[in-house]
Amino acid sequence: MSAARISRNAGTGQWLGHAAIIVLASVFLGVFLLLPLASVFVEAFRQGAHAYLASLHQPEALAAIRLTLLVAAIAVPLNLVFGVAAAWAMTRFEFRGKAALGALIDLPFSVSPVISGLVYVLLFGAQGWFGPWLAVRGVKIIFAVPGLVLATVFITLPFVARELIPLMQAQGSEEEEAARILGANGWQMFFRVTLPNIRWALLYGVLLCNARAMGEFGAVSVVSGHIRGLTTTMPLEVEMRYNEYDYVGAFAIASLLALLALLTMAVKTFLEWRYSAEIAAHAPGGH
Amino acid sequence: MTLVLDRLSRRFTKFAALDDVSLQMAPGEFLALLGPSGSGKTTLLRILAGLDYPDEGSVTQAGRDFLAASARERNVGLVFQHYALFRHLTVRENVAFGLRVRPRRRRPARAQIREQVERLLKRVQLEELGDRYPSQLSGGQRQRVALARALAVEPELLLLDEPFGALDAQVRVTLRRWLRELHEELRLTTVFVTHDQEEALELADRIAVMNRGRIEQVGTPQAIYQDPATPFVCEFIGRTNRIPLVRHAHGWGVGSWALAIDPWDGRHRHGVAYVRPEHLALSVPDGQPAWEARVRHVYLAGSVAHLDLHVTDIDLVLEADVASEDLGRSGLAPGASLRVAPARIVAFPCDDDGSRAVIRDRCSWVQPDRQ
Repeated sequence: MSAARISRNAGTGQWLGHAAIIVLASVFLGVFLLLPLASVFVEAFRQGAHAYLASLHQPEALAAIRLTLLVAAIAVPLNLVFGVAAAWAMTRFEFRGKAALGALIDLPFSVSPVISGLVYVLLFGAQGWFGPWLAVRGVKIIFAVPGLVLATVFITLPFVARELIPLMQAQGSEEEEAARILGANGWQMFFRVTLPNIRWALLYGVLLCNARAMGEFGAVSVVSGHIRGLTTTMPLEVEMRYNEYDYVGAFAIASLLALLALLTMAVKTFLEWRYSAEIAAHAPGGH
Repeated sequence: MTLVLDRLSRRFTKFAALDDVSLQMAPGEFLALLGPSGSGKTTLLRILAGLDYPDEGSVTQAGRDFLAASARERNVGLVFQHYALFRHLTVRENVAFGLRVRPRRRRPARAQIREQVERLLKRVQLEELGDRYPSQLSGGQRQRVALARALAVEPELLLLDEPFGALDAQVRVTLRRWLRELHEELRLTTVFVTHDQEEALELADRIAVMNRGRIEQVGTPQAIYQDPATPFVCEFIGRTNRIPLVRHAHGWGVGSWALAIDPWDGRHRHGVAYVRPEHLALSVPDGQPAWEARVRHVYLAGSVAHLDLHVTDIDLVLEADVASEDLGRSGLAPGASLRVAPARIVAFPCDDDGSRAVIRDRCSWVQPDRQ
């Protein structure tokens, strides 16, 4: 009896400790994550649903949404292809400079996005290395959509590859070798063996890549030139409206980005829960 | 068609995986590549499968260059050590894979594929499990799926990489017998890689013993066991006693045991003899040369008993095997003294610094009344 009571007392002490930690974590999350998130929606709806919808209906807002979707629609598939190819090269071949390629894939995570944008200005801007050559031929990259796409591709380059490399390393190449010996050609091997084995990790990587592509601010801001209705993506439009004291307008667009984040998180959680074994536990950083 | 491997070499950055390997494989033969890990046996198998290529040498079949065909054109079946089953496909889909990826004009009709898959599943005794996924199968079942998948493309050459390596002992023995029966039925040229000599001795028609990228000896299991060609084969196959020899005035021997012959006509001064535990005579009559030995331990292992004998005058511990039922009759208990002598040896002279065996001067000797 007394032994049970002692252990229950010890249990109570332990329970208090656990509770304290949980409360602390909840308060922290509430103050730093939930409160700001809630404030986005509160501010967006401060003048009612009508004002909210109206501010989203402005042509500049629609153009920003369209542009953001366009940039993501180009950058994400490009990085999907690049990510699969890079992961394939890193895990299936031995070659000189493999370690260097691995480091290079991580470069966009370690460089400030502003620098990434500036590099493209230096290369393709009016005073840049290729600027004059391009100007003569009437090709506009900086302060135009191609520049936005380039900067976004660069920023989101690691997401797919980093997701696939550990998984493909763990899976090894034996199944692919088995497929070859059974008579499969390269495409059959890829679509019937490799792709099914990496599909969930690939989807997961694409999801993160897309979230970042739509949300990127720094690099895009440098190459955009902030031309309203032409080169402003959603994050840039948020900033411009905020600077013009159009709080409802800024938070209305911000709420769309927040919704995207929530949706991404929900799908990501679902994928992790459902296919955790097939997705490498290791998630890319620098988000 | 006989497959002729001629002087194959394969070097990796740090070591030679294959070093001047030549070998022939007759149609329908069951050949084992036996050796310790790192001996090059898997590299050889991968070259035959088309997953790796030699730096030098050739493989030909009826004068045709076998290596010119890529892995997918070569028509070989390979069972990987860890099976490499397609994890997202069912057993049936795994087995059908090789037929489904064929170019349209060579691809059998859907119904025909289904029929053939069922036939193969029956052959490997898995007809009940066709809808399972590989993760839902035991090791032995996975192995049979891998085999059925390899057989589905009707290969001319079947390659097995450590086919029983990942299975527990009991399943291993059952599958081994089953595989031998299957081979007898199909008569498919089969090469299998193993580090387990018992497996090789029991299954193979011929064994190629490999060590450090070289083939030490090729022969029937009988020949490999009874007549090992090199010191490595002596030590790797079965158990053996290694006994250093020196030349005397009238022959060779060590301690109080000697032979009155010199097979090397005075050319060498040191040598080494290998004696199998069952080839030690344990109660040698007084008139004949023998060592005085003392029984240290007796290990009963079913029908056979293993003895540890200490030979005092040369301070050497020898292993001997006797039938368990003879133990009592011969008074072989720990502490007992007895006179022992080799009844059958394989001997190699050593070169002058006494370290390396001279393989070409190998000689074997059998006690005359034992012949």
